[in-house]
Amino acid sequence: MRKSAKSNAAVKPAKAPHYDLRLYVAGQTPRSLQALSNLKRICEEHLAGQYRIEIIDLVKKPQLAAGDQILAIPTLVRTIPKPARKIIGDLSNVERVLVGLDLRPSE
Amino acid sequence: MALTPKEAPTLPKTPTGIEGFDQITFGGLPKGRPTLVCGGAGCGKTLFGMEFLVRGATQFGEPGVCVSFEETADDLAKNVASLGFDLKRLQRAKKLVIDHVYVDKSEIAETGEYDLEGLFIRLGGAIDSVKAKRVLLDTPEALFAGLSNEGILRSEMRRLFGWLKEKGVSAVITGERGEGTLTRYGLEEYVSDCVILLDHRVRNDAVTRRLRVLKYRGSTHGTNEYPFLIDQKGISVLPITSVGLTHPAPQVRVSSGIPQLDAMMGGEGYYRGSSILVTGTAGSGKSSLGAHFVDAACRRGERAIFFAFEESPNQILRNMRSIGIDLGKWVRKGLLHVEAVRPSAFGMEMHLVRMHAMLHEHEPDVVVMDPISGLIPSGSAFDVLSLVLRIVDFIKARGATGFFTALMAQDDVHATGLSISSLVDTWLMVRNVEANGERNRLLYLLKSRGMAHSNQIREFLITDRGVKLQDVYLGPGGVLAGSARVAREAEERREELIRRRDERKRELVLRASLASVEAKLAALEAERNSYKSELQTFVNEEGARRKAMASDREELQVSRGMRVNGPVKDRA
Repeated sequence: MRKSAKSNAAVKPAKAPHYDLRLYVAGQTPRSLQALSNLKRICEEHLAGQYRIEIIDLVKKPQLAAGDQILAIPTLVRTIPKPARKIIGDLSNVERVLVGLDLRPSE
Repeated sequence: MALTPKEAPTLPKTPTGIEGFDQITFGGLPKGRPTLVCGGAGCGKTLFGMEFLVRGATQFGEPGVCVSFEETADDLAKNVASLGFDLKRLQRAKKLVIDHVYVDKSEIAETGEYDLEGLFIRLGGAIDSVKAKRVLLDTPEALFAGLSNEGILRSEMRRLFGWLKEKGVSAVITGERGEGTLTRYGLEEYVSDCVILLDHRVRNDAVTRRLRVLKYRGSTHGTNEYPFLIDQKGISVLPITSVGLTHPAPQVRVSSGIPQLDAMMGGEGYYRGSSILVTGTAGSGKSSLGAHFVDAACRRGERAIFFAFEESPNQILRNMRSIGIDLGKWVRKGLLHVEAVRPSAFGMEMHLVRMHAMLHEHEPDVVVMDPISGLIPSGSAFDVLSLVLRIVDFIKARGATGFFTALMAQDDVHATGLSISSLVDTWLMVRNVEANGERNRLLYLLKSRGMAHSNQIREFLITDRGVKLQDVYLGPGGVLAGSARVAREAEERREELIRRRDERKRELVLRASLASVEAKLAALEAERNSYKSELQTFVNEEGARRKAMASDREELQVSRGMRVNGPVKDRA
């Protein structure tokens, strides 16, 4: 069994699909912090060991907004696996987040 | 202390550079505030916004940002390239930023509260990067289509427009016309300073575009619908050039090119800067009057444009040459420009703009449109009338003289389909008269404002030396022209001859009588003289005889001794 190259960068090597998640925020607003904590909780519960979260603060790096076509804040972008998925909001609706991340089939 | 209307400050304006638009808004769009430009699909709103940005960057030193929600930057650049706008170059020169904001409902899941700060950050970054003063948002309605939380969207919209005002940029927001509402998602709620409505419909197979300033807070503006068009220089709005009838009234007269016609107008011709209409049926010779006028103008060194709607330039030159008018030489000298256009090729607005452009470029003193009735297929009679009105206006404002021909049904002296006859200063009519198996033409000078003019009808002859006018004859059946006139002239000459001959005869007779009486008189005179002398002789002789007898008697008596010195004795 060949080990995938990604396993070195991941938190824990696994045969399950890997999730690269980017959370766009604009400063340390309550909503952004809320989104981050919601995200962490969801990831631990459903993607343990398979995810990586990158936080991009557009106040610090505004030029990065155009690349992923960011309009709303907060926005979560799943870059891996493809295709990219965009989820906006504070992630308080867990069901929707899971559907959006393709972790649950949509009704 | 209340402000009187005069003191109330008017909102400052920023010029768009769009042809005609700054005129009807008396300065352009409200500076530092948002303007809503709405209309149906394809009406030109994106173009309007782009032209606002591009001209801002190239003509007014105001860089701009375009946030396009529907088209990519590449597509936009391609679309406006045909208008001569080089977006890529402007971007490289840091005069323009184009940001494509992509909103796809299927790609986005909404999972709680959010705001549109990402948009603000992008827009703010773009504005700051080039120090933009102008912004185009085309069209924020895409947000409503892509995101479902209307409450959030509405409050963010409100925040956006407040934010734009704070940034001090002049913004154009586009919106698509809704069913019975100005925009589909009610953008007019947030943009209340200025609303422009664009309309485009297809009429008579031609596209007609109209622009209307629906609202402009704090400013006067033209409230009409103005036709506009989009050509290779961008948008051109066509305002009526003069709001009031304030044309100057020149006193100078110019020759019509036909001396007898000038004679009918007090010997001088048309007023410079006036408008002349010639109506008549087909083939009545209206164009030849226009050609004479142009010829006369060019002879004076003036410039002319001949707009032809039914014939090609070559046809016109050939036709006029055959009647002795050489327009070709004026074309070669550059004084005359003949522009032939098929009326159905364009809508009214396009015709208008093309003519405007040519008048600007060529700067004529004389403008001929032959025939204006030819334009009717490409617009209704009302459209043509309003087009001609605008052209007449424009021509008069430049001090040029306008000469128009129009096809009109026979005997249509009073009712004209165009009603333009009341708008022109001089109205000539050429009419065909049929009699004795032939058709002749008569020219009527129906009106000519501001001058004493003949009310006589003239026969209108087209010879190979041009147009000649001839007095008509009034016969028992009415006006005589053509061969009937010639016949009448001959008859009158003959009558004259006969009358002369009769007079001559009478004179001779009288003279003869006089002569004979005088002869008689002479004869009697002679007789009188002879009797007189005879009488005289008789009297003389008688006297002499008596004398002789008396002396004889005396002698006898002396000799008889009856008498010497004694008494005569009696013999007895």
